[in-house]
Amino acid sequence: LVEVLAGVVVITSKEAVQHQGISLTMEGLVNLQLSSKSVGVFEAFYNSVKPIQLISSNIEVAKPGKVPGGKTEIPFEFPLQAKGNKMLYETYHGVFVNIQYTLRCDMRRPLLAKDLSKTCEFMLHCQPQKSKVQPTPVDFTITPETLQNVKERTSLPKFVIRGHLDATNCVITQPLTGELVVESSEVAIKSIELQLVRVETCGCAEGYARDATEIQNIQIAEGDVCHGLPIPIYMVFPRLFTCPTLETTNFKVEFEVNVVIVLHDDHLITENFPLKLCRV
Amino acid sequence: MGSVYSPNSCPNFPTRFHSIALYSVFFRHARVRKYGAELQRCRLDAVPVDLGDYHPLKPITVTDSRSRRGGRKGSTSSSSSSSSSVAPDPLSSMLEGTDPLSLFAAASASETPTLSHSKNEEEVGADFEPWSAKRGEILARFTTTEKLSINLFMGSDKTSSPSSAVSEKVRTRLEELDDLEEGSQRELLNLSQQDYVNRIEELNQSLKEAWSSDQKVKALKIVIQCSKLLSDTSVIQFYPSKFVLITDILDTFGRLVYERIWSMCSDPRPIPDSFSVEDVNDTAKETCLNWFFKIASIRELIPRLYVEAAILKCNRFLNKTGIQETLPRLTAMIRGIGDPLVAVYARAYLCRVGMEVAPHLKDSLNKNFFDLLASFRQIHGDTVQNQLVIQRVEIPVYLTLYSPAIHWILQCVAYRAPDVLLTEMMERCKKLGNNALLLNSVMWAFRPEFVAARATDFIGMIKDCDEAGFPKHLLFGSLGRSLACADPPESERLPILNEAWKVITKVRSPQDYINCAEIWVEFTCRHFTKREVNTVLADIIKHMTPDRAFEDAYPQLQSVMKKILTYFHNFSVLFSMEKFLPFLDMFQKDSVRVEVCKSIMEVFIKHQQEPTRDPVILNALLHVCKTMHDSVNALTVEDEKRSLALLINGFIRMVSFGRDFEQQLSFCVEARATFCNLEPVIIQLIHTVNQLAMETRRVMGGSHSRKTAAFVRACAAYSFITIPSLTSIFSRLHLYLLSGQVALANQCLSQADAFLKAAVSVLPEVPRTISVEGKQRSSEAFLLDFINSFLSTLLVVPDHPEQGVLYLVRGLLNMVQDYTWEDNSDAKVRVYISALPLLAAMSQESYLYTIPKVDSNETLYGGDPKFVAEISRLCETLIGQVLDHLKTLGREEGVRRQGSLAFSLFSTLLAHGDLRNNKLNQLAVNLWNLSHKNGHCDTRTSVSLSPTYTFSYKLLNDFHP
Repeated sequence: LVEVLAGVVVITSKEAVQHQGISLTMEGLVNLQLSSKSVGVFEAFYNSVKPIQLISSNIEVAKPGKVPGGKTEIPFEFPLQAKGNKMLYETYHGVFVNIQYTLRCDMRRPLLAKDLSKTCEFMLHCQPQKSKVQPTPVDFTITPETLQNVKERTSLPKFVIRGHLDATNCVITQPLTGELVVESSEVAIKSIELQLVRVETCGCAEGYARDATEIQNIQIAEGDVCHGLPIPIYMVFPRLFTCPTLETTNFKVEFEVNVVIVLHDDHLITENFPLKLCRV
Repeated sequence: MGSVYSPNSCPNFPTRFHSIALYSVFFRHARVRKYGAELQRCRLDAVPVDLGDYHPLKPITVTDSRSRRGGRKGSTSSSSSSSSSVAPDPLSSMLEGTDPLSLFAAASASETPTLSHSKNEEEVGADFEPWSAKRGEILARFTTTEKLSINLFMGSDKTSSPSSAVSEKVRTRLEELDDLEEGSQRELLNLSQQDYVNRIEELNQSLKEAWSSDQKVKALKIVIQCSKLLSDTSVIQFYPSKFVLITDILDTFGRLVYERIWSMCSDPRPIPDSFSVEDVNDTAKETCLNWFFKIASIRELIPRLYVEAAILKCNRFLNKTGIQETLPRLTAMIRGIGDPLVAVYARAYLCRVGMEVAPHLKDSLNKNFFDLLASFRQIHGDTVQNQLVIQRVEIPVYLTLYSPAIHWILQCVAYRAPDVLLTEMMERCKKLGNNALLLNSVMWAFRPEFVAARATDFIGMIKDCDEAGFPKHLLFGSLGRSLACADPPESERLPILNEAWKVITKVRSPQDYINCAEIWVEFTCRHFTKREVNTVLADIIKHMTPDRAFEDAYPQLQSVMKKILTYFHNFSVLFSMEKFLPFLDMFQKDSVRVEVCKSIMEVFIKHQQEPTRDPVILNALLHVCKTMHDSVNALTVEDEKRSLALLINGFIRMVSFGRDFEQQLSFCVEARATFCNLEPVIIQLIHTVNQLAMETRRVMGGSHSRKTAAFVRACAAYSFITIPSLTSIFSRLHLYLLSGQVALANQCLSQADAFLKAAVSVLPEVPRTISVEGKQRSSEAFLLDFINSFLSTLLVVPDHPEQGVLYLVRGLLNMVQDYTWEDNSDAKVRVYISALPLLAAMSQESYLYTIPKVDSNETLYGGDPKFVAEISRLCETLIGQVLDHLKTLGREEGVRRQGSLAFSLFSTLLAHGDLRNNKLNQLAVNLWNLSHKNGHCDTRTSVSLSPTYTFSYKLLNDFHP
């Protein structure tokens, strides 16, 4: 079962157009980029991060000749068949990893006239996996004691924050949900935020670069919230910037969520949860 | 009265008329009239009229084409379209359709049902007070003089974000929602409240502009920036107003988005209002989804919440259950707002949107309320207290900021909710400590019947409240509001009033006191007697008098007065309240005082059925009217004077001492002294006195005793000395004439003579133009009217024994002669012509009409030939004058006027002259010819005259074949 990319090429002109052939090129690429801090370290395998072509095909939709004036529509179809032993990944726009599918139409024209070209991106969603994801709730408690990289534990104000995420293996079309209760806090809370982070890994046998960057930050509480009252955790996964968690030989795309609690004295408390996204 | 009769003022008419009448060559003979026989002859035969026959009073069939183009846009009722069978009454046709006011009224009347119909939301009826009604109130109430600032965070405070390396491109993309102008931050400081409102309005405008110029992202940015302002609680007193202003913008935005998506679905044909998800096409769905995705990625909590709430309705495009899933989620989301004031207003907004979009989803409304209760203790938390200290706002003031929002939430919750639920809510409020704020809103928002039935409970709860928190007088005010609309059980009423008043009377601040007392006056008036109301008034006076506190409370005091007047229509009860007049005395600002007096008089006129002589009422109302009268000064506008006079006249008409005529007269004397500045009142008084004289006559059956004769003379004297004080000349003239007639009817001959003589002597003063309804008009027509009616009175006035024959007639004619008539006017001659019938009538043996017990000239002279000759001489003079005038007209271009005058003299001669007299006959023929000479006279009109005329016309023809 192979899906097809279908459509029409539309040519609109007042008069008849002379051309030397119209062609369509479909291409799927994974672009890997090294962050500036990694470049120096991994210069050795710098070459290995060249774009990976996932799919590529080219067809001629019209032989050299003339297109009559007015609106001409030429239908086309591409089978979405991956190259060789490669497989197709979902469209994803990240910082160091970009998975992008494009369709380009070229019209070659005789001398003294510029060739015309038009490119557009098309989105690819994976076929939903048949398997059902069983949500596994994750409970958490944050107190000064649970924190890791603290220099002076004694200087920290006391607080107890409990909560749970309904699941960490999330369906990408469904929001991330959960609840959070500020049970007590010596210092007033300034803000509670959900930070969605992408973790992109590029590399090969020689080594790899792993970078975590923020996708979005959603505030779920502002000001000194009522203690003991559960606050909903709710975040919609943004389109394009998220995709099902991806692991290949050359690169990885993973996601994490941080629950960030900002206290009034500007203490920043973060609790990290790795996520596994999938499409059902 | 005799002194007025100065002989000098009486001109010597006969001589003067003789001097003019030198050329008169013939006698004028009056035709002998048998009035009785003529009356018989002239009576119409009674003819049975067929329904189909022509009848002058039957509606004339006229097709009224004017009403068709009258611009009635189908809004008025159809009844007027039957105008074809209605006589073209100029007044009614004037009003029909084209009257702008009725057009408006009709338009609004026809609009209302369609509006309520188009909403088509069965769950929210007209009994739900809409938000729009609250807006203005909130804006007016929550104001500030402090400086405000608008902080449009065009830049981003991403400092807390731990992200290390984000490429510039992605960063831009992510933050484009947050930034209006990349990296800039506009902070507008030191705005006055008005500036602030203007700025917000500008933002509203730029939102609309951005939308219409297809800059959807910019529009969204504006909305986000605006809703961010709602998280700022500096200048907290202004917060409720800020909320109103900004939610207006959000409403606009929500509407724009909804309409846009709606129009996308109605591409081939519009989708119905009650569309389902299947009717929505994919493009519209995708657009809608895009909006929701964009909003879901808004970083900050409060803008995300508000903006999503604003476009809640758009969920209808996506799926059936969208709204009922979103509402609870948004409700829960509000828990994340730490500031209790910000949170409660967010809840109010959500409830409002929920009520509009899905009124059947009561659960989220209730959830909102219960969440509010759960986080209620936040209000007394440290964060809030610190903030109040910094802003120097006191707790009671701060708590009242919550009222509009909690009122609204509770109003939504309580709307058509079962009593069980309300009871549960109340119980839950009770359990919370420091719940005065909630209690207040419960009383405000729950059904008055519900509150009234539990009034005693509520009083108990109010008493238990903490004194330091929410002001108690506000609580009692809210309770009073409910009790003014619904009645508590009979047996509880007095205890309720006592308990409430016990607290109210302890309120220190006069302003707070009166605000609360004003509300409770209604309850008191509704259920109790004057005794209790009097006590309440006494208390109000006690509180408001120190330091002249009443000066700042006129609106409330006025409202107290209005409520009392609504419930007490019996004025003897009203004025027997000891404290009523002292209460009235508190209105010391003139304009307010007059306003109050006017309202009292309006109620009196409306509700007083029987004339009264109750001294309490009279004294009090005289005082009230005097107050109104005394407010008149040089600057008072004409309309105000008129309305005051109308009210005072209404009072005067209602005063009657029954058979005690003398007391009535002395009342009029007093009233005249009191109301001397209002002419209409003086006129009314003269009429009243004249009426009094006539009433006396009726009671005495026409013959006065010595005592009543003296009384009616006193009445005449009253009128005689009052009339000259009037400035309007025609009022004076008519009142002189009227009073003369009354005097005559009461056999006061010398008084009647004096009145009529006074009228004659006033005549020269009549100006040539008078002002009628603000326009200058020639007075001639009015003057002619008056003279004609004066002449007809003169028939029955007997000559004064010491003056010459026809003394008054001559006097009048001399005045007419000396009067400076308008140039080119025939008025003088027309008077002469109309005097002829009088003279003819005077020469009859028995007069057309007489006054019982008054001997007219017929009896005095008994047809003395000298008298008749005198009349004839006078007639000659008059005719001579007329003929003279006719001659001058012939010389000028006045031929048309000449013809018309000649004809009217001719018809007078025909009707009243004895045409058997040769000379007179000849004159009539000449006049006939003159009037027809220039062809200006329509023969048909001139011929179709009354039977008498026709008869005479035949006679004429017999003589001159």
